[in-house]
Amino acid sequence: MTTPSETPRPGPRPAKQTFAAAGEDVDVMAISPVQEEGMLTDDRPASPFDDDIVAKARELAARYPQSRSALLPMLHLVQSVEGYVSQEGVAFCADQLGLSEAEVSAVVTFYTMYKRRPCGEHLVSVCTNTLCAALGGDAIYQRLQEHLGSDGKPLGHEEVAGTPGEPGSIMLEHAECLAACDLGPVLQVNYEYYDNQTPEKAVELVDALRRGEKPAPSRGAPLSDFKSVERQLAGFFPEDTDAFRADVDGPSQAVETLRGAQLAADRGWTAPALPDDVPLPEVEHK
Amino acid sequence: MSADPITPVLTKRWLSPQSWRLSTYEKLEGYTAIRKALAGTPEQLVQLVKDAGLRGRGGAGFPAGVKWSFMPPNEDKPHYLVINADEGEPGTCKDIPLMMADPHSLIEGCVIAAYAMRSHHCFIYVRGEALHCIRRLNAAVREAYEAGYLGKNILGSGFDLDITVHAGAGAYICGEETALLDSLEGRRGQPRLKPPFPAAAGLYAAPTTVNNVETIASVPFIVNGGADWFRQMGSEKSPGPKIFSISGHVERPGQYEAPLGTTLRELLELCGGMKDGIPLKFWTPGGSSTPLFTAEHLDVPLDFEGAAEAGSMLGTTAVQVFNETVSVPWAVMKWTQFYEHESCGKCTPCREGTYWLAQILERMVAGRGTEEDIDTLLDVCDNILGRSFCALGDGAVSPITSGIKYFRDEFLALCEDNRAKQELVGAQA
Ligand code: FES
Repeated sequence: MTTPSETPRPGPRPAKQTFAAAGEDVDVMAISPVQEEGMLTDDRPASPFDDDIVAKARELAARYPQSRSALLPMLHLVQSVEGYVSQEGVAFCADQLGLSEAEVSAVVTFYTMYKRRPCGEHLVSVCTNTLCAALGGDAIYQRLQEHLGSDGKPLGHEEVAGTPGEPGSIMLEHAECLAACDLGPVLQVNYEYYDNQTPEKAVELVDALRRGEKPAPSRGAPLSDFKSVERQLAGFFPEDTDAFRADVDGPSQAVETLRGAQLAADRGWTAPALPDDVPLPEVEHK
Repeated sequence: MSADPITPVLTKRWLSPQSWRLSTYEKLEGYTAIRKALAGTPEQLVQLVKDAGLRGRGGAGFPAGVKWSFMPPNEDKPHYLVINADEGEPGTCKDIPLMMADPHSLIEGCVIAAYAMRSHHCFIYVRGEALHCIRRLNAAVREAYEAGYLGKNILGSGFDLDITVHAGAGAYICGEETALLDSLEGRRGQPRLKPPFPAAAGLYAAPTTVNNVETIASVPFIVNGGADWFRQMGSEKSPGPKIFSISGHVERPGQYEAPLGTTLRELLELCGGMKDGIPLKFWTPGGSSTPLFTAEHLDVPLDFEGAAEAGSMLGTTAVQVFNETVSVPWAVMKWTQFYEHESCGKCTPCREGTYWLAQILERMVAGRGTEEDIDTLLDVCDNILGRSFCALGDGAVSPITSGIKYFRDEFLALCEDNRAKQELVGAQA
């Protein structure tokens, strides 16, 4: 039997000490529900985050009046390195921001853009909200599930076709309204828009991705990959002005977007003319 | 004088090549309003926006000038302006094209609004999935700093402002202003209890105003044109132009900026009518959280009062149009699944309610519903509406209650089919 020791003080304890607390006659490994190599060591694997990432994380923390605000961008930064948020990624953010891992995990699990499993080279998100679904979004999603599945099993939500991280691998997900309903049904690859889709077009698109091609989006920057866009979501853009401009100037002027403005131009409709020099209203000074 | 059917104000630069660049913006009257604004006083600007009657474009329609006036006149704590660019209400697709096409109009609006509220730090909280907007905004902010429209001593006025573009991470609830603030503080995006309102204790417990993109982008035009000009469009209580996003079964879906008070009949004329002539069945005036309308409502003026009088809400003027081929219970089920997924889990009525609503609707659509299910649905809705922590719960019941109100027969028909099946099984036994 274990002899009760002094009341433990709050705070983390090394695994070995916890093990010892159970007493020598308890085989903790045998009664553990999970048996993993190295579960009783405190050693963490080498951090996948190099000095450049550490510097970027510090820069993020300094951007806000209170450093915790940097957590969401920092998690995007973590995904730009790992393609998902691993336990090391959680620990990294916790460490940078002086939070507990539990606090960081609570945030990670709240937001759908943080992936808990390694993403593919690309993330394909199909809008299956009502409007897109009625126009064919559900059919597109189903078709991709079947097309990307293997052994007669359709690919599930947030599952990957191919080996995560390897070229041509694809994580598929169904997404909520992507705020492009006038261009529905829509899908996104790495958050770039592919508008007015059909099941056939979508199949062609993912096949091209699997062949290593990067078909241009309808709206957005030239297609890159999931990790690269995560770096942009973290707030880091190409240093090189031309490279940045090439991304920024990627197309956006869809016919649908401009329809109202175009119709007004064609018909000669305008808003009432802006008068010259209207003064700001007078207010009493208190 | 009545305005033209389409009144491009916010959308008027969108046709220009590379409309998102500073050079284009400056050629088209850009950054003229901030000179005028910075020469005035914050009080004058608040008064101007009140006089113009500008109402929040994010859904609730609260008068923007009044909201601004809640900010304390002193600067004991830093003041924050936060732009809600977390567009995600199903059907809504106006802010994203606006930020892609004309990001500088939003930035100019931010400078004016921040000056009016004595804020020196503005955050633009953009939905994470809107990557291209995030790029465009970052580029525009960079251009604006270089040109002296942001940073220290803007245009020699002595006013300082920094803008931080912040990407979200995928959570519809962050469109709710207090959830957005929690998210911006690096937490789970869950709504806060009000009061205190953000103007008293918002971001970092400091005075904060949260405004929608379209609202703030309207401000430079109001500064230049004045309240009377703005009021030449729209109605007495809902003045101004508004971007109507028309999607679904119409010939030419898209963004149409028209005066508030325009009707669906008029909008349909603009967008070429129903696709392939298949008749209209139901539509939302402003996103899925606004109760459904039907063909009976073609002539309802789409302004805040008109939509409310007819039993719905103006919301975000996200007009989603569905024709006769779409099953109402199916559409309602899809929307309910959305709310179930997006419920943040903080309050019981919404968390549990949306979960059960989705189950019941799924069962009904699968042909295993009974007439009692309709009453159960309404009963659950009744327990969510007005009893949940934030507006998400209220929004979640809108499609269900309005769907049953106008299309009860369709829900009943699903149960009839089921009854027929059950009788058959019984007969065999
Ligand atoms: S419903 Fe698909 S983008 Fe809005």
